[in-house]
Amino acid sequence: MMIQNQLLAIVLLPLLAALVVGLSGSLPRVWAHRLTVFAVAMSCILSVDVAIDQLTDQASPLNYNLYTWAQFGSFSMHVGFLIDDLTATMMAVVTFVSLMVHIYTVGYMKTDPDYQRFFSYISLFTFAMLTLVMSNNFMQLFFGWEAVGLVSYLLIGFWYKKPTAIFANLKAFLVNRVGDFGFLLGIAGVYFVFGTLDYAEVFEQVNNGYTDLLIPISDDIFWSATTFLCIGLFIGAMGKSAQVPLHVWLPDSMEGPTPISALIHAATMVTAGVFMVARMSPLFEQSEIALNFILIIGGTTALFMGFLGVIQNDIKRVIAYSTLSQLGYMVVALGASAYSVAIFHLVTHAFFKALLFLGAGSVIIAMHHEQDMRKMGNLKKYLPITYVTMLIGTLALIGTPLFSGFYSKDAIIESVQFSQLWASGYAYICVLIGVFFTALYSFRLFFMVFHTTERMDDETKSHLKEPSAVVWGPLIALAIPSLFIGYLLAPSMLSGEYFDGSIQVTEQHNSIAGIVEHYQHPFSLALGSVSHWPLWLAIAGVFTAYMVVVKKPELATKARKLLGPVNHILENNYYFDKIYINYISAGGVGLGHRFWKWIDVGIIDGIMVNGTAGLVASISAKVRHIQTGYLYHYVFVMVLGLLTLLGWLYWTALNH
Amino acid sequence: MLNNIPILSLLIWLPIIGAGIIVFGTGQKHKQATQWIALITAMITFILSLIALNEFDSSRYYLQFLEDKSWIDSLNIRYSLGVDGISLPLIVLTSLMTMIVIISSWNQVKLRVSHYLAAFLTMCGLMNGVFASTDAILFYVMWEAMLVPMFLIIGIWGGPNRIYATLKFFIYTFFGSVFLLIALIYLGIQAGSEASGANFNIFDMHSLVIDADTQKLLFFAFLIAFAIKVPMWPVHTWLPDAHVQAPTGGSVILAAIMLKMGTYGFLRFMLPIVPDASFEMANFMIVLSLVAVAYIGFVALAQTDMKKLIAYSSIAHMGFVTLGLFISFSLVANNHVEAAVMGIQGALIQMISHGFISGALFLCIGILYERVHSREIGDYGGVVNVMPKFAMYFMLFSMANAGLPGTSGFVGEFMVILASFQVSFWIAAIAGLTLILAAAYTLWMYKRVMFGDISNDKVSAMEDIDLREKIVLVSLALLVLLFGLWPAPLLDVMQPSVQHLIDCNLVSKLSAEGMCS
Repeated sequence: MMIQNQLLAIVLLPLLAALVVGLSGSLPRVWAHRLTVFAVAMSCILSVDVAIDQLTDQASPLNYNLYTWAQFGSFSMHVGFLIDDLTATMMAVVTFVSLMVHIYTVGYMKTDPDYQRFFSYISLFTFAMLTLVMSNNFMQLFFGWEAVGLVSYLLIGFWYKKPTAIFANLKAFLVNRVGDFGFLLGIAGVYFVFGTLDYAEVFEQVNNGYTDLLIPISDDIFWSATTFLCIGLFIGAMGKSAQVPLHVWLPDSMEGPTPISALIHAATMVTAGVFMVARMSPLFEQSEIALNFILIIGGTTALFMGFLGVIQNDIKRVIAYSTLSQLGYMVVALGASAYSVAIFHLVTHAFFKALLFLGAGSVIIAMHHEQDMRKMGNLKKYLPITYVTMLIGTLALIGTPLFSGFYSKDAIIESVQFSQLWASGYAYICVLIGVFFTALYSFRLFFMVFHTTERMDDETKSHLKEPSAVVWGPLIALAIPSLFIGYLLAPSMLSGEYFDGSIQVTEQHNSIAGIVEHYQHPFSLALGSVSHWPLWLAIAGVFTAYMVVVKKPELATKARKLLGPVNHILENNYYFDKIYINYISAGGVGLGHRFWKWIDVGIIDGIMVNGTAGLVASISAKVRHIQTGYLYHYVFVMVLGLLTLLGWLYWTALNH
Repeated sequence: MLNNIPILSLLIWLPIIGAGIIVFGTGQKHKQATQWIALITAMITFILSLIALNEFDSSRYYLQFLEDKSWIDSLNIRYSLGVDGISLPLIVLTSLMTMIVIISSWNQVKLRVSHYLAAFLTMCGLMNGVFASTDAILFYVMWEAMLVPMFLIIGIWGGPNRIYATLKFFIYTFFGSVFLLIALIYLGIQAGSEASGANFNIFDMHSLVIDADTQKLLFFAFLIAFAIKVPMWPVHTWLPDAHVQAPTGGSVILAAIMLKMGTYGFLRFMLPIVPDASFEMANFMIVLSLVAVAYIGFVALAQTDMKKLIAYSSIAHMGFVTLGLFISFSLVANNHVEAAVMGIQGALIQMISHGFISGALFLCIGILYERVHSREIGDYGGVVNVMPKFAMYFMLFSMANAGLPGTSGFVGEFMVILASFQVSFWIAAIAGLTLILAAAYTLWMYKRVMFGDISNDKVSAMEDIDLREKIVLVSLALLVLLFGLWPAPLLDVMQPSVQHLIDCNLVSKLSAEGMCS
């Protein structure tokens, strides 16, 4: 009973704080952050406690229902929790990053008039994310899934006067809804095949050899229901985890305040799709088509979004494209059945990417909300703490040996190499080349912002200083795990023991086995990296960045000219936005307009309804002398007619 | 406790008596007294409906709170009442929404207040009568009579083009009703015997053996009557006009209750009386439902008038109700009885939920209209700057309209989609388009009206909601969240009746074999 209360407290404390802060109109500002920070801190401590118990196997996995949501005969839908290694890890990461972001917000949003509303939203987000990861069934998963989407929508549009912000939030919600369309059909597919929406029951059937059903698409085309539902669920993940071609909302989401870029659009919500697929590992193992599909989407995202990171000049957009690319890495790991490696990268990425975003936020505050890197330069002189922590984050991101990102990213590349699926070759090339571009855009940002000449105006320069402790405190708190978490977790993560029980891999997909076989001490792994491609590709990337940014800036201009049309494609983001906005959304509205004007107004009303009325009118014009034109006369005649009819029917029935 | 109290009669006649008191008693002169009497009457009616719900034995499918009195002896037409798990929640919804409309129009209506409120009270009683009648002719009388107050509400208190809208509304629905009456008379004669004359008990009609051809004729008679009311595509064009011209209260009742009359008719008459014809025509009905969801969703996207937009949205959402009802036949035929129960219950939940959400959205638009006197989206922009509290509620209802999980708008659609996937992937996929379309038209409207900088002087002069408006919005918001987070209690009330419908009424009526009494 104790543990159940604890879990309830973890979820409900942030919700309670969000409601109190959000609904009490005149709460003082200090109380807004005191309440929410306290609630999330408690939630974090309790979550870490749960995680320790789960991961050290002091507690066995928990799966129970809180209440019945709906029941139809033997089929019921519940609200409940499933707590195991995977969930507990996610809970700890989510609440920790959320706590850091709460604290950081105290400084970042200090002068914002809607301070209370912001805290209410981020606490509400924490609640929604926790219901998502702790769910033990698909219905609740969908609830959390859409709830985080709602809060993301509210937060991207937090500055609702900015036209770009309210464009971006609508776009984010609608693109996610396209993904959710697939997700919902995937859930319906789960019910179709398994007759239940409960994870445990679904997995049990999978493990006991269920029979796959066929979905008739046309008279002679049938799809495997399992493949269908896996791809449906994954389309949901493509929306939430911003995979090509549903990635377009994430760069625009940078219109929101920076703390939420760190929390929602880097560390937690966007990884929900990765988490979901890992959670469903027993299901995805059943469909090689789905896994190949995932490999292709993930590989494409990892590489092609990395390209875009290189040409951005807005500091937040560079990190946004980096996030897209790194999500692609995680997805590739999922496709290679290396679910635990995907979660490993999710965890390390959560720390270093939140760190990078918050560091960028610190730069943005210091620069008085200037985000263009071309107007920065040599900030290391003014922002030493931000400089050092950003350096740690950047090194972690590019996979420097011993840093956290090294272990998780190398494991992804290796597992793809070991994967036997046909799409793994493509994905392998993508993630390998991606390493070079990751290093290039990361250090391009780093050099442009912190080194080179000071390009800001004198007014800005005179105010440049490190922001307050609530801002740099979380940077340090995130820098520490960015450094060490990979080293610490690598032994259990890479030996495959970490998620024992919560993740299932079938024999023929077991790409991690190769890693386990070659497993060495984390330190030796770091040493051994000199004999592998990724390290040298990363070094080449850093060197290239150094050359084009610091040493010979004219090289960048030359390269742009040389690439010509390619550069044009990149600057238009592969034309995704243009196609979506000009053709799909404008086309949808245009179609609606035509339906309305031609069919509703033209045919139905114009010809059928008013036409009939006109006919009646023209007939009645001829028999006008007996018509008075008053409605009640018509009604009277109608009633009379009906009574006649009634009488006739009654009479015939009696004489029947 | 209720054995001696004719509670259904009270639910019908109490509001009508209240209407009489304010028209002939307090009248126009004592405006405050008139409003208070109307409100108290509506509150007592609502409390009575809750008492009925509380006393209702939801473990049984039988009709409860039965009343039976002779009325027109010569034709065997009786005043007989009773409710089951399908009709009772609709009565509670009707009584609730009437109370809400009376609160929301407090001091807002300047013209002939007593008549305005009396019209709503009368309509409440008559609509309760529609849901409570177990005699087909009594049902028909209530069904027709209910149109009169709505006709007056639009015709007297409506917008500039109200006469066109009322006539369209009246002729459309009256046209449908004629066929209903013929069908009911025919069935009454069939159910009766030569010795005792006609029998208009609806539930006796359920156990009639009817041959296939006759079923088809009856099916079309019912279809015309009920499809116009829902409304289903392509007989829906009266609804946007009626909504646009109706005053706020009229729109609320129209969307929240009157549309449900149509689907209630399907459940009470069409499915149980002509199951074989319904089964045969189920695919046709499913296609019409999907047209409502997808086609109307696109049409809603093109609207610039907020009321028209929500009116089209209503048609699209009602598409889920008809879809849920008509997929049940294939499900039963394929032995997916659980899914059939889920589909029909989903349809019922959607009826109730749509009552809250569309009602709330029309109230929200009414709140905007009272301040700016325009329904055009283009006349707004940046309202959130001046009405932050209102913005929160409007956001909640918009999200509910977009089917966000955690709100009641999600529950019915989710169940219907889950159930329809069992029948066909394509049905589920087209119905699932609502996820994208409903979000697009609702949130795009929200963005243009609420977000952005203050767009003009009229917007900057808007005041945030007052206590009266807040009470109305908060109560609906709580209901939307309650049934979104925990629909089980509502489902439990409906469950036995729906199960009975499936077990006994959806079976073939071509011969007496296999029919349960």
